[in-house]
Amino acid sequence: MAIYLTKESKVLVQGMTGAEGMKHTRRMLAAGTDVVGGVNPRKAGGTVDFDGRTVPVFGSVREGVERTGADVTVVFVPPAFAKAAVVEAADAGIGLAVVITEGIPVHDAVALTAHARAEGTRVIGPNCPGLITPGQSNAGIIPPDITKPGRIGLVSKSGTLTYQLMYELRDLGFSTCVGIGGDPVVGTSHIDCLTAFQDDPDTDLIILIGEIGGDAEERAAAHIREHVTKPVVGYIAGFTAPEGRTMGHAGAIVSGSSGTARAKKEALEAAGVRVGSTPTETARHVLDLLRGAAQDDARAGARA
Amino acid sequence: MDLYEHQARQLFEEHGIVVPRAEVTDSPERAREIARALGGRAVVKAQVKTGGRGKAGGVRLAADPAEAEQAARRILGMDIKGHRVGAVMVAEPCDIEWEFYVSYVLDRASGGFLAVASAEGGTEIEEVAARRPEAVARIPVDPATGVHTATAVRIADAAGLPPQTVDTLVRLWKVLVREDALLVEVNPLVRTVEGRIVALDGKVTLDDNALFRQARWGQEHPAIPDSPEARARAKGLNYVKLDGEVGVIGNGAGLVMSTLDVVAGCGARPADFLDIGGGASARVMADGLSVVLSDPDVKSVLVNVFGGITACDAVADGIVRALDEVRLTKPLVVRLAGNNAARGRALLDARAHPLVEQATTMDGAARRAARLATAAPAPGHAG
Repeated sequence: MAIYLTKESKVLVQGMTGAEGMKHTRRMLAAGTDVVGGVNPRKAGGTVDFDGRTVPVFGSVREGVERTGADVTVVFVPPAFAKAAVVEAADAGIGLAVVITEGIPVHDAVALTAHARAEGTRVIGPNCPGLITPGQSNAGIIPPDITKPGRIGLVSKSGTLTYQLMYELRDLGFSTCVGIGGDPVVGTSHIDCLTAFQDDPDTDLIILIGEIGGDAEERAAAHIREHVTKPVVGYIAGFTAPEGRTMGHAGAIVSGSSGTARAKKEALEAAGVRVGSTPTETARHVLDLLRGAAQDDARAGARA
Repeated sequence: MDLYEHQARQLFEEHGIVVPRAEVTDSPERAREIARALGGRAVVKAQVKTGGRGKAGGVRLAADPAEAEQAARRILGMDIKGHRVGAVMVAEPCDIEWEFYVSYVLDRASGGFLAVASAEGGTEIEEVAARRPEAVARIPVDPATGVHTATAVRIADAAGLPPQTVDTLVRLWKVLVREDALLVEVNPLVRTVEGRIVALDGKVTLDDNALFRQARWGQEHPAIPDSPEARARAKGLNYVKLDGEVGVIGNGAGLVMSTLDVVAGCGARPADFLDIGGGASARVMADGLSVVLSDPDVKSVLVNVFGGITACDAVADGIVRALDEVRLTKPLVVRLAGNNAARGRALLDARAHPLVEQATTMDGAARRAARLATAAPAPGHAG
């Protein structure tokens, strides 16, 4: 099952013929993603060969959808054109738009997420690494060979921290890993992913990675307390970040006393989430919880 | 990027919002002339990008041009919360009857903008918001329609502002959209005893991501020209100077923030945040290392890279290159994992620099770098 993305997903790539688009389309195909086409009005009707696999280029998202039944798009177009690209995808009825592009103006992010919401399109990102359902499909730039299929779900604001945790827990494997992005305005929240993982029969445990800025983690904590029965393990980055400085991600900023790592950690712990102090300790919490659950199962089995 | 008050004032004026007559200067003599041209009385205001100017003595009312000169002399060069005052704005005073607060601000929770308004504006607005939240109206703005008269009327009604403010609310939204701002705030917006609505003080924060289509304001310049921050900016690196002794370089904002935290957990303090980004080349790595090594506070350097898109051998190649370009005088701990990590480690092993060591885990690397920094001899004691 997994969430949002499966081996049935048919994926278009907007900006496929650019340098980044080419590089990552090749990787996505190698990871088993069913890339059914690229979109570029100036190269419509052409094809691109990726190591023996021929991928058609369509003039518009709508044409791509009509010809292939695509339901996912991965967007690599430059920041100035990203809003138009997502609006086009939403208008063409695409269900999931994964926006990798970094540096999209906030007003454009507000407009594109609002438009997509109104059209019933889920946006992941912008400025995110995308999502991967290991062994099935990879939509974005997450390296597919770090980990294997498993039963841990992961949602994260940070790409490299996602990779770090995937690596630490590579022997257990993951159902789906979603990089939601570190911009102030994103289309999919921690809460959206928590809800989807809670409902996913193939996910046993959820890892939530957050960082300074905003209050998404605090809101996620409140949601967990009310609605999530699966175990959740958290990690928050940015305890040493100074107030008022943007730490790499546009959204990673402590303003006055709000958005601090401490407040987020405390909110999560108050909701029963185990929060690691380092990525490695976070992975250890996951192992402890799953081992504990396995022992409980064994005990239950012995009693039966 | 935050604008200075006088820049915000200029934007408001361009969009037809009434602002006091004013001019900016860095000279006390010129302040006197401006005050004379304004009719004698004037308010002299420090131009710094921080709040609390009034309480710090950065805003003075002058009864005549001579007092304006004196006030400017006192304010110029002041330090307000770490910001040096390089210019003052000399403005005509207003006789205030009523102070309001109005702003449009990005609301991350809803992914859109909020109108925030109150009939109790002024310097105490934050206390009002904390003590009596009902005195501050917060109205979401539909991004598809924006703020036209009907919405502005709703905002004014909700906050208890007089109908005269509606025009300002509509124009202020135009400032937000046309300038790609994340925040436009007028505090106070006043009604004068003559019945005019005037934007007395304003704050505008622009979106750095929109600079490609808002070239007018240019990039912000670092405060100190020959600092590591200035060097990093010149090389296009994502760098924040901190006040510790372990230099940190990594890839990806989250991983670098996490590395700082892990260093702090080992009892040392990080000296910087430096994100070489995804897919970093050898050149970027070499530039990053030279910036971090140029910081005199740095006693050891930790390079923590998880190769997702980034290839670890390119990172190792950058380190080797940097070792040829700058003389390494501080120990360097490198942790490479992920994409091409084995090849990267082999490159560093082959270079066999006596001050470079490798670690296999992030926690182990941080512990080692922290120990090297705290055990390092003080400058001048070496040899």
